[in-house]
Amino acid sequence: MNESTSIAAIETVARDSYGRLIAYLAARSGDVASAEDALGDAFVAALKRWPAEGVPEKPEAWLLHVARNRMIDATRRKQVRQKSEKFLQQIAEEAENVAKAHEYFPDERLKLLFVCAHPAIDPAARTPLMLQTVLGIDAARIASAFLVSPAAMSQRLVRAKNKIRDASIPFRVPEPPELEERVSFVLDAIYAAYTTGWESVMETASTHHALAEEAVALGRTLMQLMPHEPEAHGLLALMLHCEARRAARYTSDGKFVPLDQQDTALWSQSMIDEAEAHLHSAAAFKHMGRYQLEAAIQSIHASRAKTGRIDWKEIALLYEGLVRVAPGIGSLVGRAVAIAQAGEPASGFAALEQIPADQTADYQPYWAARGHLLRLLNRNDEAREAFDRAASLTDDPALREYLFQRSIENGEHDG
Amino acid sequence: MKYAILVHQSQEHFDRRDDKAALAAGRAYGEALQAAGVFVAGAGLDSPRNATTVILRDGKRHVHDGPYAETKEFLAGFGIIDVPDLDSALEWAARHPSAAFASIEVRPILGFGAALPKC
Repeated sequence: MNESTSIAAIETVARDSYGRLIAYLAARSGDVASAEDALGDAFVAALKRWPAEGVPEKPEAWLLHVARNRMIDATRRKQVRQKSEKFLQQIAEEAENVAKAHEYFPDERLKLLFVCAHPAIDPAARTPLMLQTVLGIDAARIASAFLVSPAAMSQRLVRAKNKIRDASIPFRVPEPPELEERVSFVLDAIYAAYTTGWESVMETASTHHALAEEAVALGRTLMQLMPHEPEAHGLLALMLHCEARRAARYTSDGKFVPLDQQDTALWSQSMIDEAEAHLHSAAAFKHMGRYQLEAAIQSIHASRAKTGRIDWKEIALLYEGLVRVAPGIGSLVGRAVAIAQAGEPASGFAALEQIPADQTADYQPYWAARGHLLRLLNRNDEAREAFDRAASLTDDPALREYLFQRSIENGEHDG
Repeated sequence: MKYAILVHQSQEHFDRRDDKAALAAGRAYGEALQAAGVFVAGAGLDSPRNATTVILRDGKRHVHDGPYAETKEFLAGFGIIDVPDLDSALEWAARHPSAAFASIEVRPILGFGAALPKC
Protein backbone atom coordinates (compact mmCIF):
# COMPACT_ATOMS: atom_id res chain seq x y z
CA MET A 1 0.00 0.00 0.00
CA ASN A 2 1.54 3.30 -0.93
CA GLU A 3 1.55 6.19 1.45
CA SER A 4 -0.14 8.74 -0.80
CA THR A 5 -3.10 6.38 -1.32
CA SER A 6 -3.47 6.04 2.44
CA ILE A 7 -3.29 9.77 2.98
CA ALA A 8 -5.84 10.34 0.23
CA ALA A 9 -8.13 7.79 1.92
CA ILE A 10 -7.73 9.54 5.28
CA GLU A 11 -8.49 12.90 3.70
CA THR A 12 -11.59 11.51 2.05
CA VAL A 13 -12.92 10.10 5.33
CA ALA A 14 -12.08 13.32 7.15
CA ARG A 15 -13.96 15.35 4.56
CA ASP A 16 -16.99 13.11 4.16
CA SER A 17 -17.48 11.58 7.58
CA TYR A 18 -15.93 13.84 10.22
CA GLY A 19 -19.24 15.26 11.44
CA ARG A 20 -20.92 11.87 11.53
CA LEU A 21 -18.07 10.35 13.53
CA ILE A 22 -18.00 13.22 16.04
CA ALA A 23 -21.78 13.20 16.35
CA TYR A 24 -21.84 9.48 17.03
CA LEU A 25 -19.09 9.63 19.68
CA ALA A 26 -20.41 12.78 21.35
CA ALA A 27 -24.02 11.59 21.42
CA ARG A 28 -22.89 8.55 23.41
CA SER A 29 -20.56 10.27 25.82
CA GLY A 30 -22.26 13.66 26.13
CA ASP A 31 -18.78 15.12 25.75
CA VAL A 32 -17.91 16.88 22.50
CA ALA A 33 -14.32 17.77 23.41
CA SER A 34 -13.33 14.24 24.36
CA ALA A 35 -14.99 12.94 21.19
CA GLU A 36 -12.83 15.36 19.19
CA ASP A 37 -9.68 14.33 21.05
CA ALA A 38 -10.41 10.64 20.58
CA LEU A 39 -11.16 11.03 16.88
CA GLY A 40 -8.00 13.11 16.46
CA ASP A 41 -6.01 10.26 18.04
CA ALA A 42 -7.72 7.80 15.71
CA PHE A 43 -6.69 9.83 12.66
CA VAL A 44 -3.11 9.90 13.95
CA ALA A 45 -3.22 6.13 14.37
CA ALA A 46 -4.56 5.78 10.82
CA LEU A 47 -1.69 7.89 9.45
CA LYS A 48 0.74 5.52 11.17
CA ARG A 49 -0.88 2.22 10.35
CA TRP A 50 -2.73 2.49 7.04
CA PRO A 51 0.38 3.01 4.88
CA ALA A 52 1.83 -0.24 6.27
CA GLU A 53 -1.32 -2.32 6.76
CA GLY A 54 -3.44 -0.98 3.95
CA VAL A 55 -6.64 1.07 4.08
CA PRO A 56 -9.25 -0.94 6.00
CA GLU A 57 -12.35 -2.11 4.15
CA LYS A 58 -14.56 0.16 6.27
CA PRO A 59 -12.36 3.14 7.17
CA GLU A 60 -15.07 4.89 9.21
CA ALA A 61 -15.69 1.78 11.32
CA TRP A 62 -11.95 1.41 11.89
CA LEU A 63 -11.60 5.02 13.05
CA LEU A 64 -14.69 4.73 15.22
CA HIS A 65 -13.38 1.60 16.87
CA VAL A 66 -10.03 3.21 17.71
CA ALA A 67 -11.68 6.44 18.85
CA ARG A 68 -14.12 4.62 21.12
CA ASN A 69 -11.32 2.67 22.73
CA ARG A 70 -9.48 5.94 23.34
CA MET A 71 -12.56 7.44 24.93
CA ILE A 72 -13.06 4.42 27.14
CA ASP A 73 -9.39 4.52 28.21
CA ALA A 74 -9.63 8.22 28.97
CA THR A 75 -12.82 7.82 30.98
CA ARG A 76 -11.41 4.82 32.79
CA ARG A 77 -8.35 6.83 33.85
CA LYS A 78 -10.65 9.54 35.14
CA GLN A 79 -12.96 7.11 36.88
CA VAL A 80 -10.14 5.15 38.55
CA ARG A 81 -9.39 8.31 40.44
CA GLN A 82 -13.01 8.33 41.51
CA LYS A 83 -12.89 4.59 42.28
CA SER A 84 -16.03 3.68 40.45
CA GLU A 85 -16.06 -0.10 40.10
CA LYS A 86 -19.57 -0.26 38.76
CA PHE A 87 -18.69 2.22 36.09
CA LEU A 88 -15.71 0.20 34.85
CA GLN A 89 -17.90 -2.84 34.51
CA GLN A 90 -20.43 -0.91 32.51
CA ILE A 91 -17.73 0.33 30.17
CA ALA A 92 -16.38 -3.15 29.60
CA GLU A 93 -19.85 -4.28 28.53
CA GLU A 94 -20.24 -1.31 26.26
CA ALA A 95 -16.86 -1.98 24.66
CA GLU A 96 -18.02 -5.44 23.72
CA ASN A 97 -21.15 -4.06 22.08
CA VAL A 98 -18.97 -1.64 20.21
CA ALA A 99 -16.88 -4.43 18.72
CA LYS A 100 -20.03 -6.17 17.50
CA ALA A 101 -21.67 -3.04 16.17
CA HIS A 102 -18.82 -1.51 14.19
CA GLU A 103 -20.20 -2.49 10.83
CA TYR A 104 -22.72 0.30 10.82
CA PHE A 105 -23.20 3.40 12.85
CA PRO A 106 -26.25 5.66 12.97
CA ASP A 107 -26.17 9.28 11.85
CA GLU A 108 -26.46 11.45 14.96
CA ARG A 109 -25.62 14.76 13.31
CA LEU A 110 -29.12 16.12 13.75
CA LYS A 111 -28.85 15.65 17.52
CA LEU A 112 -25.46 17.34 17.40
CA LEU A 113 -26.95 20.32 15.52
CA PHE A 114 -29.66 20.65 18.16
CA VAL A 115 -27.05 20.53 20.93
CA CYS A 116 -24.94 23.22 19.20
CA ALA A 117 -27.99 25.48 18.91
CA HIS A 118 -29.39 24.63 22.36
CA PRO A 119 -30.82 27.70 24.13
CA ALA A 120 -28.49 26.97 27.07
CA ILE A 121 -25.50 27.64 24.77
CA ASP A 122 -24.22 31.19 24.32
CA PRO A 123 -25.71 32.39 21.00
CA ALA A 124 -22.29 33.68 19.93
CA ALA A 125 -20.88 30.15 20.27
CA ARG A 126 -23.62 28.27 18.40
CA THR A 127 -22.51 28.91 14.83
CA PRO A 128 -18.78 28.38 15.50
CA LEU A 129 -19.61 25.17 17.38
CA MET A 130 -21.57 23.83 14.39
CA LEU A 131 -18.83 24.74 11.94
CA GLN A 132 -16.22 23.03 14.08
CA THR A 133 -18.05 19.88 15.10
CA VAL A 134 -20.26 19.15 12.10
CA LEU A 135 -17.90 20.26 9.33
CA GLY A 136 -14.56 19.93 11.11
CA ILE A 137 -13.43 23.48 10.34
CA ASP A 138 -10.53 24.49 12.56
CA ALA A 139 -10.93 27.14 15.22
CA ALA A 140 -8.37 29.54 13.70
CA ARG A 141 -10.28 29.72 10.44
CA ILE A 142 -13.58 30.22 12.26
CA ALA A 143 -11.98 32.94 14.35
CA SER A 144 -10.78 34.84 11.29
CA ALA A 145 -14.24 34.68 9.70
CA PHE A 146 -15.85 36.00 12.88
CA LEU A 147 -13.18 38.70 13.24
CA VAL A 148 -12.06 37.61 16.70
CA SER A 149 -8.67 36.37 17.85
CA PRO A 150 -8.05 32.62 17.63
CA ALA A 151 -7.54 32.58 21.42
CA ALA A 152 -10.89 34.23 22.05
CA MET A 153 -12.63 31.87 19.64
CA SER A 154 -11.10 28.75 21.20
CA GLN A 155 -12.08 29.99 24.63
CA ARG A 156 -15.67 30.48 23.44
CA LEU A 157 -15.72 26.98 21.96
CA VAL A 158 -14.16 25.37 25.03
CA ARG A 159 -16.69 27.06 27.31
CA ALA A 160 -19.58 25.82 25.19
CA LYS A 161 -18.26 22.26 25.12
CA ASN A 162 -17.67 22.26 28.87
CA LYS A 163 -21.22 23.42 29.39
CA ILE A 164 -22.58 20.64 27.15
CA ARG A 165 -20.70 18.08 29.21
CA ASP A 166 -21.03 19.54 32.70
CA ALA A 167 -24.67 20.61 32.51
CA SER A 168 -25.61 17.38 30.65
CA ILE A 169 -27.25 18.99 27.67
CA PRO A 170 -28.97 15.99 26.09
CA PHE A 171 -28.29 14.77 22.55
CA ARG A 172 -31.84 14.50 21.35
CA VAL A 173 -34.16 15.77 18.69
CA PRO A 174 -36.76 17.85 20.54
CA GLU A 175 -40.42 17.00 20.27
CA PRO A 176 -43.35 19.30 19.58
CA PRO A 177 -44.28 21.84 20.84
CA GLU A 178 -40.63 22.60 21.60
CA LEU A 179 -39.45 21.42 18.19
CA GLU A 180 -40.46 24.41 16.08
CA GLU A 181 -38.59 26.95 18.19
CA ARG A 182 -35.56 24.70 18.53
CA VAL A 183 -35.44 24.16 14.75
CA SER A 184 -35.46 27.93 14.34
CA PHE A 185 -32.34 28.19 16.54
CA VAL A 186 -30.57 25.66 14.29
CA LEU A 187 -31.68 27.53 11.15
CA ASP A 188 -30.59 30.87 12.61
CA ALA A 189 -27.14 29.54 13.52
CA ILE A 190 -26.63 28.16 10.00
CA TYR A 191 -27.83 31.42 8.44
CA ALA A 192 -25.44 33.33 10.71
CA ALA A 193 -22.59 31.29 9.21
CA TYR A 194 -23.81 32.36 5.78
CA THR A 195 -24.16 36.07 6.54
CA THR A 196 -20.75 36.09 8.22
CA GLY A 197 -19.27 34.89 4.95
CA TRP A 198 -21.54 37.14 2.86
CA GLU A 199 -20.73 40.43 4.51
CA SER A 200 -17.05 39.90 3.99
CA VAL A 201 -17.43 38.93 0.38
CA MET A 202 -14.86 41.47 -0.79
CA GLU A 203 -11.98 39.46 0.53
CA THR A 204 -12.41 36.97 -2.25
CA ALA A 205 -9.31 34.91 -1.69
CA SER A 206 -9.84 34.64 2.03
CA THR A 207 -11.55 32.22 4.35
CA HIS A 208 -14.65 34.40 4.42
CA HIS A 209 -15.63 33.26 0.98
CA ALA A 210 -15.24 29.66 2.05
CA LEU A 211 -17.48 30.17 5.08
CA ALA A 212 -20.48 31.01 2.88
CA GLU A 213 -19.90 27.74 1.08
CA GLU A 214 -19.61 25.92 4.40
CA ALA A 215 -22.90 27.47 5.46
CA VAL A 216 -24.52 26.12 2.32
CA ALA A 217 -22.99 22.73 3.17
CA LEU A 218 -24.55 22.93 6.65
CA GLY A 219 -27.85 23.88 5.03
CA ARG A 220 -27.64 20.85 2.75
CA THR A 221 -26.85 18.61 5.73
CA LEU A 222 -29.84 19.91 7.67
CA MET A 223 -32.07 19.50 4.63
CA GLN A 224 -30.98 15.86 4.27
CA LEU A 225 -31.48 15.22 7.99
CA MET A 226 -34.87 16.97 8.11
CA PRO A 227 -36.31 16.43 4.63
CA HIS A 228 -39.82 17.15 5.93
CA GLU A 229 -38.95 20.49 7.49
CA PRO A 230 -40.08 23.18 5.01
CA GLU A 231 -37.90 25.83 6.64
CA ALA A 232 -34.78 23.71 6.06
CA HIS A 233 -35.62 23.81 2.34
CA GLY A 234 -36.44 27.51 2.64
CA LEU A 235 -33.10 28.35 4.25
CA LEU A 236 -31.16 26.41 1.64
CA ALA A 237 -33.13 28.14 -1.13
CA LEU A 238 -32.37 31.54 0.41
CA MET A 239 -28.64 30.87 0.65
CA LEU A 240 -28.48 29.47 -2.88
CA HIS A 241 -30.29 32.50 -4.32
CA CYS A 242 -27.79 34.85 -2.63
CA GLU A 243 -24.86 32.62 -3.56
CA ALA A 244 -25.97 32.61 -7.21
CA ARG A 245 -25.26 36.37 -7.40
CA ARG A 246 -21.78 36.29 -5.93
CA ALA A 247 -20.04 37.15 -9.21
CA ALA A 248 -22.41 40.05 -9.90
CA ARG A 249 -22.15 41.89 -6.59
CA TYR A 250 -18.96 43.72 -7.50
CA THR A 251 -17.57 44.89 -10.82
CA SER A 252 -14.22 43.50 -11.96
CA ASP A 253 -12.55 46.60 -10.52
CA GLY A 254 -14.23 46.10 -7.14
CA LYS A 255 -17.17 48.52 -7.31
CA PHE A 256 -20.35 47.61 -5.45
CA VAL A 257 -23.39 46.85 -7.64
CA PRO A 258 -26.84 47.01 -6.00
CA LEU A 259 -29.09 44.00 -6.56
CA ASP A 260 -31.53 45.63 -8.96
CA GLN A 261 -28.68 46.77 -11.24
CA GLN A 262 -26.67 43.55 -11.27
CA ASP A 263 -25.87 41.98 -14.65
CA THR A 264 -28.11 38.91 -14.61
CA ALA A 265 -25.82 37.16 -17.07
CA LEU A 266 -23.34 36.89 -14.21
CA TRP A 267 -25.83 35.07 -11.99
CA SER A 268 -25.45 31.30 -11.65
CA GLN A 269 -28.54 29.89 -13.31
CA SER A 270 -27.87 26.39 -11.97
CA MET A 271 -27.86 27.69 -8.38
CA ILE A 272 -31.03 29.67 -9.04
CA ASP A 273 -32.68 26.55 -10.44
CA GLU A 274 -31.64 24.55 -7.39
CA ALA A 275 -32.95 27.27 -5.08
CA GLU A 276 -36.27 27.30 -6.93
CA ALA A 277 -36.54 23.53 -6.63
CA HIS A 278 -36.10 23.75 -2.84
CA LEU A 279 -38.59 26.57 -2.56
CA HIS A 280 -41.02 24.42 -4.53
CA SER A 281 -40.43 21.42 -2.21
CA ALA A 282 -40.96 23.66 0.83
CA ALA A 283 -44.25 25.00 -0.53
CA ALA A 284 -45.65 21.45 -0.71
CA PHE A 285 -45.71 21.32 3.11
CA LYS A 286 -48.03 24.33 3.24
CA HIS A 287 -46.38 25.73 6.35
CA MET A 288 -44.96 29.17 5.69
CA GLY A 289 -42.01 30.45 7.67
CA ARG A 290 -39.38 33.16 7.80
CA TYR A 291 -36.81 31.51 5.56
CA GLN A 292 -39.32 30.49 2.90
CA LEU A 293 -40.59 34.08 2.77
CA GLU A 294 -37.07 35.48 2.49
CA ALA A 295 -36.24 32.94 -0.21
CA ALA A 296 -39.47 33.84 -2.05
CA ILE A 297 -38.43 37.51 -2.05
CA GLN A 298 -35.06 36.54 -3.52
CA SER A 299 -36.87 34.34 -6.03
CA ILE A 300 -38.74 37.38 -7.37
CA HIS A 301 -35.48 39.28 -7.74
CA ALA A 302 -34.06 36.23 -9.54
CA SER A 303 -36.89 36.21 -12.05
CA ARG A 304 -35.61 39.53 -13.40
CA ALA A 305 -33.11 37.40 -15.34
CA LYS A 306 -36.03 36.14 -17.43
CA THR A 307 -38.66 38.88 -17.32
CA GLY A 308 -36.39 41.92 -17.18
CA ARG A 309 -38.52 43.47 -14.44
CA ILE A 310 -39.01 43.25 -10.65
CA ASP A 311 -42.51 42.69 -9.28
CA TRP A 312 -42.25 45.05 -6.30
CA LYS A 313 -45.94 44.65 -5.41
CA GLU A 314 -45.39 40.94 -4.88
CA ILE A 315 -42.23 41.65 -2.86
CA ALA A 316 -44.16 44.12 -0.69
CA LEU A 317 -46.77 41.43 -0.02
CA LEU A 318 -44.11 38.91 0.98
CA TYR A 319 -42.50 41.46 3.33
CA GLU A 320 -45.94 41.99 4.84
CA GLY A 321 -45.92 38.28 5.73
CA LEU A 322 -42.30 38.39 6.86
CA VAL A 323 -42.92 41.30 9.21
CA ARG A 324 -45.62 39.18 10.83
CA VAL A 325 -43.49 36.05 11.43
CA ALA A 326 -40.11 37.75 11.94
CA PRO A 327 -40.63 41.39 12.92
CA GLY A 328 -36.95 42.36 12.93
CA ILE A 329 -35.53 45.63 11.70
CA GLY A 330 -34.33 43.97 8.48
CA SER A 331 -37.84 42.97 7.41
CA LEU A 332 -39.31 46.35 8.44
CA VAL A 333 -36.77 48.21 6.28
CA GLY A 334 -37.29 45.77 3.41
CA ARG A 335 -41.05 46.27 3.55
CA ALA A 336 -40.73 50.06 3.48
CA VAL A 337 -38.46 49.93 0.42
CA ALA A 338 -40.76 47.49 -1.37
CA ILE A 339 -43.81 49.71 -0.77
CA ALA A 340 -41.89 52.69 -2.15
CA GLN A 341 -40.59 50.78 -5.17
CA ALA A 342 -44.10 49.51 -5.89
CA GLY A 343 -45.09 53.09 -6.65
CA GLU A 344 -45.93 54.55 -3.25
CA PRO A 345 -42.78 56.31 -2.02
CA ALA A 346 -44.71 58.40 0.53
CA SER A 347 -46.28 55.33 2.15
CA GLY A 348 -42.94 53.57 2.04
CA PHE A 349 -41.25 56.48 3.79
CA ALA A 350 -44.04 56.59 6.38
CA ALA A 351 -43.43 52.89 7.09
CA LEU A 352 -39.72 53.64 7.50
CA GLU A 353 -40.47 56.47 9.91
CA GLN A 354 -42.48 54.12 12.12
CA ILE A 355 -39.40 52.04 12.98
CA PRO A 356 -38.30 52.95 16.51
CA ALA A 357 -35.21 55.19 16.46
CA ASP A 358 -33.35 53.13 19.05
CA GLN A 359 -33.21 50.25 16.54
CA THR A 360 -31.99 52.29 13.60
CA ALA A 361 -29.06 54.24 15.07
CA ASP A 362 -26.35 51.85 13.85
CA TYR A 363 -28.25 49.88 11.21
CA GLN A 364 -26.67 50.75 7.88
CA PRO A 365 -29.42 49.35 5.58
CA TYR A 366 -31.97 51.61 7.29
CA TRP A 367 -29.96 54.74 6.42
CA ALA A 368 -29.31 53.58 2.86
CA ALA A 369 -33.03 52.87 2.42
CA ARG A 370 -33.88 56.21 3.97
CA GLY A 371 -31.57 57.99 1.54
CA HIS A 372 -33.10 56.15 -1.37
CA LEU A 373 -36.71 56.89 -0.37
CA LEU A 374 -35.99 60.55 0.43
CA ARG A 375 -34.50 60.85 -3.00
CA LEU A 376 -37.63 59.36 -4.58
CA LEU A 377 -39.51 62.06 -2.68
CA ASN A 378 -37.11 64.75 -3.95
CA ARG A 379 -36.05 65.61 -0.39
CA ASN A 380 -32.45 65.75 -1.51
CA ASP A 381 -30.71 67.46 1.40
CA GLU A 382 -32.11 64.94 3.85
CA ALA A 383 -31.30 62.13 1.41
CA ARG A 384 -27.66 63.20 1.31
CA GLU A 385 -27.45 63.17 5.09
CA ALA A 386 -28.95 59.67 5.21
CA PHE A 387 -26.54 58.30 2.58
CA ASP A 388 -23.58 59.83 4.42
CA ARG A 389 -24.78 58.27 7.65
CA ALA A 390 -25.18 54.88 5.90
CA ALA A 391 -21.69 55.15 4.41
CA SER A 392 -20.21 55.75 7.84
CA LEU A 393 -21.89 52.61 9.21
CA THR A 394 -20.45 50.02 6.81
CA ASP A 395 -17.08 48.28 7.02
CA ASP A 396 -17.19 47.28 3.33
CA PRO A 397 -15.05 49.85 1.45
CA ALA A 398 -16.83 49.19 -1.87
CA LEU A 399 -20.25 49.70 -0.33
CA ARG A 400 -19.02 52.84 1.44
CA GLU A 401 -17.77 54.19 -1.88
CA TYR A 402 -21.14 53.42 -3.51
CA LEU A 403 -23.10 55.13 -0.74
CA PHE A 404 -20.93 58.27 -0.89
CA GLN A 405 -21.39 58.23 -4.65
CA ARG A 406 -25.17 58.18 -4.23
CA SER A 407 -24.90 61.01 -1.75
CA ILE A 408 -22.98 63.14 -4.26
CA GLU A 409 -25.18 62.21 -7.25
CA ASN A 410 -28.07 63.27 -5.19
CA GLY A 411 -26.46 66.66 -4.66
CA GLU A 412 -25.90 67.00 -8.40
CA HIS A 413 -29.57 66.34 -9.08
CA ASP A 414 -30.35 68.90 -6.47
CA GLY A 415 -28.15 71.54 -7.98
CA MET B 1 -27.71 14.35 37.30
CA LYS B 2 -28.53 16.58 40.24
CA TYR B 3 -29.35 20.20 39.59
CA ALA B 4 -29.93 23.14 41.89
CA ILE B 5 -32.99 25.21 41.10
CA LEU B 6 -32.28 28.70 42.44
CA VAL B 7 -35.14 31.15 42.66
CA HIS B 8 -34.18 34.82 42.40
CA GLN B 9 -36.96 37.32 42.90
CA SER B 10 -37.64 40.98 43.59
CA GLN B 11 -38.64 42.38 46.97
CA GLU B 12 -42.08 43.13 45.57
CA HIS B 13 -42.78 39.50 44.73
CA PHE B 14 -40.98 38.27 47.81
CA ASP B 15 -43.42 40.25 49.95
CA ARG B 16 -46.32 38.37 48.41
CA ARG B 17 -44.96 34.90 49.08
CA ASP B 18 -47.33 34.29 51.99
CA ASP B 19 -50.45 34.94 49.93
CA LYS B 20 -52.80 32.01 50.06
CA ALA B 21 -52.47 31.31 46.34
CA ALA B 22 -48.67 31.51 46.44
CA LEU B 23 -48.48 29.10 49.36
CA ALA B 24 -50.81 26.63 47.68
CA ALA B 25 -48.85 26.80 44.42
CA GLY B 26 -45.57 26.25 46.24
CA ARG B 27 -46.96 23.26 48.08
CA ALA B 28 -48.39 21.75 44.90
CA TYR B 29 -45.05 22.17 43.13
CA GLY B 30 -43.21 20.41 45.95
CA GLU B 31 -45.71 17.58 45.84
CA ALA B 32 -45.35 17.26 42.08
CA LEU B 33 -41.55 16.98 42.45
CA GLN B 34 -42.02 14.29 45.12
CA ALA B 35 -44.56 12.39 43.04
CA ALA B 36 -42.23 12.39 40.02
CA GLY B 37 -39.46 11.01 42.23
CA VAL B 38 -37.06 13.82 41.35
CA PHE B 39 -37.09 15.77 44.64
CA VAL B 40 -33.85 15.70 46.64
CA ALA B 41 -34.11 18.78 48.86
CA GLY B 42 -35.47 22.26 48.87
CA ALA B 43 -36.49 25.20 51.01
CA GLY B 44 -37.68 28.76 50.89
CA LEU B 45 -35.40 31.34 52.45
CA ASP B 46 -36.16 34.15 54.86
CA SER B 47 -35.63 37.77 53.82
CA PRO B 48 -32.07 38.89 53.06
CA ARG B 49 -32.71 41.49 55.78
CA ASN B 50 -32.27 38.61 58.21
CA ALA B 51 -29.08 37.44 56.54
CA THR B 52 -25.72 37.59 58.27
CA THR B 53 -22.48 37.16 56.34
CA VAL B 54 -19.31 35.66 57.73
CA ILE B 55 -15.84 35.80 56.26
CA LEU B 56 -12.58 34.50 57.67
CA ARG B 57 -9.49 36.56 56.81
CA ASP B 58 -6.04 36.06 58.32
CA GLY B 59 -7.58 33.79 60.88
CA LYS B 60 -9.97 36.47 62.05
CA ARG B 61 -13.69 36.07 61.81
CA HIS B 62 -15.60 39.04 60.43
CA VAL B 63 -19.36 39.02 60.80
CA HIS B 64 -21.59 41.60 59.22
CA ASP B 65 -25.26 42.28 58.91
CA GLY B 66 -26.88 41.66 55.55
CA PRO B 67 -26.48 39.41 52.49
CA TYR B 68 -23.28 38.74 50.55
CA ALA B 69 -24.35 41.22 47.87
CA GLU B 70 -27.14 43.77 47.71
CA THR B 71 -29.05 43.12 44.52
CA LYS B 72 -32.48 44.01 43.18
CA GLU B 73 -33.35 40.35 42.80
CA PHE B 74 -32.09 38.04 45.49
CA LEU B 75 -32.05 34.34 46.29
CA ALA B 76 -35.44 33.51 47.77
CA GLY B 77 -35.38 29.75 47.73
CA PHE B 78 -33.72 26.70 46.28
CA GLY B 79 -34.42 23.14 45.34
CA ILE B 80 -32.26 20.20 44.37
CA ILE B 81 -33.66 17.76 41.86
CA ASP B 82 -32.36 14.57 40.34
CA VAL B 83 -33.23 14.27 36.65
CA PRO B 84 -31.59 12.71 33.57
CA ASP B 85 -30.41 15.87 31.80
CA LEU B 86 -30.55 19.66 31.46
CA ASP B 87 -33.70 19.62 29.34
CA SER B 88 -35.63 17.82 32.10
CA ALA B 89 -34.22 20.21 34.70
CA LEU B 90 -35.29 23.19 32.58
CA GLU B 91 -38.78 21.72 32.28
CA TRP B 92 -39.08 21.50 36.05
CA ALA B 93 -37.65 25.01 36.43
CA ALA B 94 -40.25 26.36 34.01
CA ARG B 95 -43.00 24.75 36.10
CA HIS B 96 -41.87 26.56 39.25
CA PRO B 97 -44.75 28.77 40.44
CA SER B 98 -42.44 31.80 40.55
CA ALA B 99 -41.12 31.28 37.01
CA ALA B 100 -43.62 33.79 35.59
CA PHE B 101 -42.06 36.66 37.53
CA ALA B 102 -38.85 35.44 39.15
CA SER B 103 -35.64 34.20 37.48
CA ILE B 104 -35.03 30.51 37.99
CA GLU B 105 -31.36 29.62 37.70
CA VAL B 106 -30.50 26.00 36.99
CA ARG B 107 -27.03 24.78 37.92
CA PRO B 108 -25.51 21.31 37.97
CA ILE B 109 -24.45 20.09 41.40
CA LEU B 110 -20.73 19.25 41.49
CA GLY B 111 -19.69 15.65 41.65
CA PHE B 112 -22.61 14.31 39.67
CA GLY B 113 -21.53 15.64 36.31
CA ALA B 114 -19.14 12.90 35.21
CA ALA B 115 -20.62 11.73 31.93
CA LEU B 116 -20.93 7.98 31.63
CA PRO B 117 -19.94 7.11 28.07
CA LYS B 118 -22.32 4.65 26.49
CA CYS B 119 -20.08 3.90 23.56
